[in-house]
Amino acid sequence: MDQALLKVKSVSKQFGGFTALDNVSIEIARGERFGLIGPNGSGKTTLINCVSGSLRNDAGSIEFDGEEVSRLPAFQRTRRGIARSFQIPRPFTSMTVLENLVVPLEYVVHRRSLHKADTRGEAMALLQDMGLADKADTQANRLSQVELRKMELARAMAARPRLLISDEAMAGLSSNEVAEVLEILFKLNATGITIIMIEHIMQAVMRFSQRVICLDAGRIICEGAPQDIVRNADVQKAYLGA
Amino acid sequence: MKFWISAAVLLAAATASALLVKNEYFFFAAYTVLMFVVLATAWNILGGYAGYVNFGTPAFFGLGAYTAAVLFKAFALPLVLQILAAAAMSGLLGLAAGLLTLRLRGIFFAIATIALVVIMETLFINWRYAGGATGLQLLRPPPTAPFESYIKMLFVLMGVMAVGAVALARWIERSWIGRGLRAIRDNEEAAECSGVPTLRLKVFACVLSGALMGAAGAPMPMYLSFIEPASTFNLNYAIGALASPMIGGTAHYLGPVIGALLLSSLQQLVTVTISSEMNVLIVGVLLVVFVVLAPDGIVGLLRKWTKRFSR
Repeated sequence: MDQALLKVKSVSKQFGGFTALDNVSIEIARGERFGLIGPNGSGKTTLINCVSGSLRNDAGSIEFDGEEVSRLPAFQRTRRGIARSFQIPRPFTSMTVLENLVVPLEYVVHRRSLHKADTRGEAMALLQDMGLADKADTQANRLSQVELRKMELARAMAARPRLLISDEAMAGLSSNEVAEVLEILFKLNATGITIIMIEHIMQAVMRFSQRVICLDAGRIICEGAPQDIVRNADVQKAYLGA
Repeated sequence: MKFWISAAVLLAAATASALLVKNEYFFFAAYTVLMFVVLATAWNILGGYAGYVNFGTPAFFGLGAYTAAVLFKAFALPLVLQILAAAAMSGLLGLAAGLLTLRLRGIFFAIATIALVVIMETLFINWRYAGGATGLQLLRPPPTAPFESYIKMLFVLMGVMAVGAVALARWIERSWIGRGLRAIRDNEEAAECSGVPTLRLKVFACVLSGALMGAAGAPMPMYLSFIEPASTFNLNYAIGALASPMIGGTAHYLGPVIGALLLSSLQQLVTVTISSEMNVLIVGVLLVVFVVLAPDGIVGLLRKWTKRFSR
C-alpha cells in the first residue's frame, strides 16, 4: 500500500490574472499531523478549497488514497473521506446542533442503509465526544464562537473522514479554548485520522504538527519540522517583512 | 396518521358539498383557491425548502395548461391523462431549466426564471395549432357521474391534487431529502462538503415543483373552456405562488396551505366585492407586511406564541 494518503502534484490556481497557487506539490502520509502556515493571502485556503472540491484547480492533479479526485465535485470527495471545517463557521442555521450532524450521517455514512441507521444516536455520541451534548437541541445560530468551532469539527467528523482539514478552527478563541480544540484534534489523530491544520496561532501549529509547510504568494517557501520552520529566514521574512 | 385522517375528512366534506350544494359560483371560486394551494405548495419545495426563489411559476403552470389543451384538441384525451401528461411535460421543463440555471445562485437564478416565462409565452403565441395569440376555444365533455356540473367535478379533482401535493411536500420535508434541501438553503458550500449532492438535489426539487405546477395548470383550459397565452402565462401566478408561502411560512408544509387559503380567498372576495385590480394591491401590501413583521410567516408566529404560552 502506498504510504501517502494525499498527493498534491504541481497544482496551480488562478483568479483572473492573479496566481493564487503556483505549482504546489505536497504529500501527506497516513496518520500524519500536518501544519499549513503562511501569511494572509498566501493561498492556504485556496489550496484546501482545491483539495476539498470547493474550487477546481487549473493545473496539476490531486490524488486521494491513490485515486485522482481533482475533477470530482465536493460531495463525492467528502464521501471518499475528505472532510473539512470552515475558516468562518458555516453552520446550518435553521437546524439544531444535532441535526447539523445528521446531514453528513445521512448523506455520507448511511446513505445506502438509511432506514436501519440510528443517525440521531450516532450524532449524539459525537456531540458527547466534543463536549457539546448539552447543546444538542439548541438552534445552531445561538452557539458561541467556540461551540460553533467544535460543532464544525463534529460535523466534519460525522462524515467519518480519513483526512480532516481544519481551516483556522481556533481563530478568535481564548487560550483555554485553543487548548480545548487542540486536545480534540490530538484525540482524533490518535484514532488514525490524518489531519491538516491551517492556523495563524503559531504555538498551536507548532505544538500540533509533525511537519509544517509554509506558503507565501502561492508557493511553498519552506518545509520541515516545526522547530526548523520558525528559524527559517524565508519564513521570518514572509511573516515579518524584509 | 392524523394527517391522513384530516385529509380524508376534508376531501369527503368537499365531495359531499359538491354533490349537495346548489350554488355553482362557490365552487368556481373555491377551485381557484385550491389551485393556489397546489401552486404554493409546489413553489415551496424549491423556493422554501431549498431557498431558490422561482418567478417561473407561470411557465410551468402554462406549459401544463397548454399540454392539456393540445392533447384534448388532438386526441380528446380524458382529463386524468391530460393532467399526467401536463405534469410530465412541466417536470421535463423543470429538468432542463434546472440543469441550465440551478448553477446560478440567489438573484441570478430568480432572473433566469423570469426569462423562462417570457420564452414560453413567446413560443405559444407563435404556435398556430395551439391557438396562437388569439387563443383556443374548447368544448367541455359532459361531467362524469356522480357530478352534475363540470366545475364541481374540477373542484373535487383539484381538492385531490391539493391533498396529494401537500402529502408529497410533507414527505419531502420530513425525509433526508428535506434535510438536504434545508442544508442547501442554510449554506450551500457546507452542504456540499457534508456530502449533499447539491446540484442533483436542487434539480430534483425543480422537477418535482415544476411537475406539480404543470398538474395544477392542466384542468385550467377545461375550467375556462378557453386558453390563450397572455392570461395563461400571467405573472400573477408567480406572485400568488410566491406570496402564499411567504405569508403562511416556508419552513412547514402547512405554511403554503394556510397562506394560499387566506390570500386566495381574500382575493376572490375582493374581486367580487370591490374590484379585480384591488386584489393585486392586497397581495403586495400583505407581502410587504409579512416580510417585514413576520419573516417566518403565520406558522412562525403561531410557533412563537405557543412557545411563549407553554412556558
